[in-house]
Amino acid sequence: MAEGINERLNEVFRDVFDDESINVTRDTTADDIDDWDSLEHIRLVTAVEREFGVKFTMREVSAMKNVGEMIDIIAARGTK
Amino acid sequence: MSLVSYPFDASMFNQNRKKIRRELLADGSKRLHKKIAVLGGSTTNDIVKSLEVFLLDNGIEPEFYQSEYNRFWQDAMFENPELREFAPDIIYIHTSYRNIASQLPGPSLDEDGVDALFKSVFEHYRKMWEQLKAVYKCPVIQNNFELPPYRLMGNRDCYDKAGAVSFISRLNAEFANYASSGNGFYINDINYVSASVGLDKWHDEKAWCMFKYCCAVDVIPYLAFNLSHIIKSLFGKNKKVLALDLDNTLWGGVVGDDGVEGIEIGEETAAAECFKGFQQYVKKQKDIGIMLTVASKNDHENAIAGLEHPEGVLRPDDFIVIKANWETKDRNLAATASEMDLGIDSFVFADDNPTERALVSKSLPGVAVPAMDSPDEYIRTIDKNGYFEVTNFSADDIKRNDMYKANVKRAEHLTEFTDYTEYLLSLDMHAEILPFAPVYIQRITQLTNKSNQFNLTTKRYTQTEIEQAASDGKHITLYGKLRDSFGDNGVVSVVIGAISGEICDIELWLMSCRVLKKNMEYAMLDTLVDECKARGLNRLKGHYFPTAKNSMVKNLFADFGFEKTGEDGSGNTEWDLDLANYEPKNNVIKVNDGGNENG
Repeated sequence: MAEGINERLNEVFRDVFDDESINVTRDTTADDIDDWDSLEHIRLVTAVEREFGVKFTMREVSAMKNVGEMIDIIAARGTK
Repeated sequence: MSLVSYPFDASMFNQNRKKIRRELLADGSKRLHKKIAVLGGSTTNDIVKSLEVFLLDNGIEPEFYQSEYNRFWQDAMFENPELREFAPDIIYIHTSYRNIASQLPGPSLDEDGVDALFKSVFEHYRKMWEQLKAVYKCPVIQNNFELPPYRLMGNRDCYDKAGAVSFISRLNAEFANYASSGNGFYINDINYVSASVGLDKWHDEKAWCMFKYCCAVDVIPYLAFNLSHIIKSLFGKNKKVLALDLDNTLWGGVVGDDGVEGIEIGEETAAAECFKGFQQYVKKQKDIGIMLTVASKNDHENAIAGLEHPEGVLRPDDFIVIKANWETKDRNLAATASEMDLGIDSFVFADDNPTERALVSKSLPGVAVPAMDSPDEYIRTIDKNGYFEVTNFSADDIKRNDMYKANVKRAEHLTEFTDYTEYLLSLDMHAEILPFAPVYIQRITQLTNKSNQFNLTTKRYTQTEIEQAASDGKHITLYGKLRDSFGDNGVVSVVIGAISGEICDIELWLMSCRVLKKNMEYAMLDTLVDECKARGLNRLKGHYFPTAKNSMVKNLFADFGFEKTGEDGSGNTEWDLDLANYEPKNNVIKVNDGGNENG
């Protein structure tokens, strides 16, 4: 399950940041991707929500520290 | 599905925005560079980035100034060297319900209190608009307000003066009232956009509380798309022609196979009613000056028979050009464009057949090709794309169809003559060539922003700049109207020359292509020379700045008898004419003889 999520998530990252060289892992953080700043964070979060048919809570959006935490939340929700 | 035209998927647009932008920038097309100041009452980052993509898609490459978060009022009202330096071509004020939420009245406020509050809120905005216009002298676009996310009194909120719905509706009416007096002020109607996407989808507490966006991130593209229509319209990037297929576009069925009795149009069936509704919508486009043509694979007589269907709304006479034949549609469109003397990028092509649409998109990339997939969506598909957004509306817009039709008649008339001068004389042309007059200011401004072909400098002007040139005493301004026995063309030529010592420097010289080869340019030059001499000037200086579209006037000054005095690496040329021995050039148009009044 987590494997599939990782791949789909990677595609979303590549689209949002328009960078085909991105390969996210559980440890990837905003520091690892040049354009991933607070302004672009919202576009990323919205795109991830759409891809997986989930809505993050405000607390989750602010608290997510790395891609791993994002994956865990998606997995816990049960994705479409 | 296109990601930049309706119906687009806003979340896919958001997700792929960077890529779409990169691809548009790499497509090699030439764009107008424009400076847009965005003064925000909430976060503007994604609005600006979405707007940029839609403008790039419409031939405009924007550069932005963004106010600090919620500093729109301060930026506008106080001395702002940064914004002055930026020198915006347009100012956009992005405010919303969120900016007035804390000022809305409550049920405890009596009627006088509500009125006083209303006045103070409105004045706050009005003062800002006046200040911006005075300082920056450019068009101002202002959001109106979307309806609130909740109603304290329920339905009563819309009729109790102290209700939020009532108060906001009243503000919107007052904003609209201010806008309707013109003067370079425009409303970005987010009240309509939010209703169109749905208020529940629009209002997003999360987006507001976390990021201070006034609406959900996934509706921002709709807001930006709507805004881009106003901007591209102001900069002359509107479409002008709606080219229509017939079978299954204007009626149901195939007239060649089913016969006139067999096609669906009228009220007999659900489909017939749908097509009738679409024909009504298309016919209304003529009222805003949009020109209609036909591009149909049909025998000509079958096409005409279909358009004469007793239940139909559109008639053969509503179309300026009807191409009903078996030639490919891209060729027919290209031929239509050249017959009308218009660029192909003025066209919208409406056809139910995806194969035809794909062909036209591929071979004529400038043509807008809406996804006309289902008759019940035809109107929405065309309407929401804002191809024909009306910003400045002049009397000429209403008459445009007649003018172009008269042109087609002139072309037929021409075939009766072997001598071209004789033909021109037979047209019995009368021109009115005079300094800018207030009644034509709007039309003149509009022409400076949309004439591309017969335009020597392609300099764009705002209404304020036109008014200044007309009144500052440092310019010679001339507009030219032309009428002949087939009809009145309205204002078709504009010249602005800056006076410097004994020289008149021609900053702008444009003419509508609808009066090409009528010697109108000679009549304009004769009058300009007279005006110069009356002021004691003895030389005319001219410039030609090449663009992708104005090669037709590359040698205009040479033809006028100017001498070339300079040329740079990009092909910009400079010209000079000594007025001492000038001989009038026009001998076919009667100028300012009074014969042009009420013609």
